[in-house]
Amino acid sequence: MEEKLQRTVLFDKHQGLNARNVGFGGWEMPVQYESVIKEHEACRNGAALFDISHMGEFFYEGDIANSGVNSATTTDFVKLPVGKCKYGFLLNEQGGVIDDLIVYKIDVTHLMFVVNAARIDEDFKQIKSRIKSGTLENRSNVTAKIDIQGPKSKEILQQLATFDLGELGYFGFKQTTLFEKSAIISRTGYTGELGYELYVDNDTAPILWDKLIELGAVPAGLGARDVLRLEKGYSLYGHELDVDTTPAEAGIDCFVQYKTHDFIGKDALLKQKEEGISKVIIPFTTNSKRAPRNGFEIYQNDKKIGVVTSGTYAPSVGSGIGLGFVDVKAYDENANLELRTGRGSIPIYKTELPFYK
Amino acid sequence: MKLYTNEHEWAELDGDTATVGLSAYAVNELGDITFVELPEIGQSAKQGESIAFIESVKAASDIYAPLSGEIVAVNEALEDAPELLNEDAQNNWIMKIKVSDASEIDTLLDEAAYATFTASL
Repeated sequence: MEEKLQRTVLFDKHQGLNARNVGFGGWEMPVQYESVIKEHEACRNGAALFDISHMGEFFYEGDIANSGVNSATTTDFVKLPVGKCKYGFLLNEQGGVIDDLIVYKIDVTHLMFVVNAARIDEDFKQIKSRIKSGTLENRSNVTAKIDIQGPKSKEILQQLATFDLGELGYFGFKQTTLFEKSAIISRTGYTGELGYELYVDNDTAPILWDKLIELGAVPAGLGARDVLRLEKGYSLYGHELDVDTTPAEAGIDCFVQYKTHDFIGKDALLKQKEEGISKVIIPFTTNSKRAPRNGFEIYQNDKKIGVVTSGTYAPSVGSGIGLGFVDVKAYDENANLELRTGRGSIPIYKTELPFYK
Repeated sequence: MKLYTNEHEWAELDGDTATVGLSAYAVNELGDITFVELPEIGQSAKQGESIAFIESVKAASDIYAPLSGEIVAVNEALEDAPELLNEDAQNNWIMKIKVSDASEIDTLLDEAAYATFTASL
C-alpha cells in the first residue's frame, strides 16, 4: 500500500519554481528545479538554498547529566558547550545505527535533536524510552528548516541576521530572530561549503525562502544535495548507515565519544574494536564519466566482495565516485577492483576521502 | 522531417540513412547528461533493441535503435561533451544508421503523434 507523501510548508514555493519532485523518507521533495549540475555549481561557487523541513526536531528540557539523556546517543551533552552542536549516533544495544543526528546544546537544561525524516517516529520512541526525567517534545511538524550553503551564503544571510555571523565557528549556533520571529542559525551543513542551517517556524519559512532567493541564493534540490554530500564523503542514512551497521564499519567511528560518558551500544562497539570489523566502507572513483550506482556489485579477482551504497557522477571531481561496503577478509588492497552491472563491468580505483577538497 | 519512437528516439531520413538522436522530451526527463556510450561503427542495429547507453547525474537509460540496419557514423563529440544533448537535443545527433528495412519507417510516429504520446505520459 502506498503511503501518502507529506509536504513541507514550502511545497507551493517549489511548484512555483517548476520543481521536479521525488518521494524521500515519506515526503514529496524537490529533487531538482532547473538542473542538478547548475544547482551543484551554485553551491560550490555562490549560494544554494535547500528546503530541509522534512527533517525532524525534538526538544528536550531537563537534567542533562542525570536524566538518562546523556547516554541516549554517542554524544556527551554534559561536555558539549552551550551554543555548540555535535554530530553523533543513536545506537541499538548491538551498536547498530538507528539514526545519525546532530544535537544542539541550547543551554544547560535544553537540547535540540535534529534527525532524519524517515526515522522521526523510531528515534522519538527510542530517545523517549531512554530518558527517566524531563520532557521530550517532537516539534518536527511546526519547525521548518532551510539550509543556505556556499561561499556567498554568509554575505547573503548577514543582510537578514541581527548579529555578526562571524561570531559563529563551525558547529556553532545561536538562538536569535529572523523577521522578528524566534529562529536558530547554525554554522553547519551537508555540502562541505561555508553555510548555515536555519530553523524557523512554519509561517516564517516562506518569507525567509523568498527573501534569500531575492538576495541571490539559488534554489537547489535533493539531487544536488546528494552529489554535494557524496563529493565530501558524508554518509547518508539508509545507504552507508542502517541498524545492521556500526559507526566503525561506516568509517566514522571518530564521531563517537567513548571516553567521557556511557551510552547505549558502547559495550558492543568496544567489543567490536577488539574483535575487528567484518565489513568496511571504501571510497572509490571510476576515473571516467561512468557513474557507480547504489546496488552495483563490487568484484575483485572474479569474486564478489561487496556492494555500492552510494554513487554518482561528481562534477567537482570530473569522474564517477562511490562508496561501498566490502568484506574485510576478502578485500585485497593491492588487487584491481571492478563493478559488475547488468551491462558489463566498470573498473574502479580505491581512493581517500574526501573526493573533493 | 523527424520521426519518433515511443522510447523517445528521433530519426531523420536522408535517402537510406537515418540520423538518430534523443527527443528534447527525453533529455529533459533525464536531466543533466554526463555520459554517452556510443555504438561501434559497423555494428548492426535491430529495431527496438538497445544500441547505446546514456547516463544523467541520477539515472541511466538505454537508447534503442529506431530502425534496423548498420551503424555508419557516431557523434564522437558526445564522448567529451555529453551536455550537448541538454543544450540542443533536436540538433545534436547520436548515430547514423544505414537502414536495411524501409518498411520499418511506417512504424515510427510523426511529430504530432509523438507530441500526443508525450502529453499522455
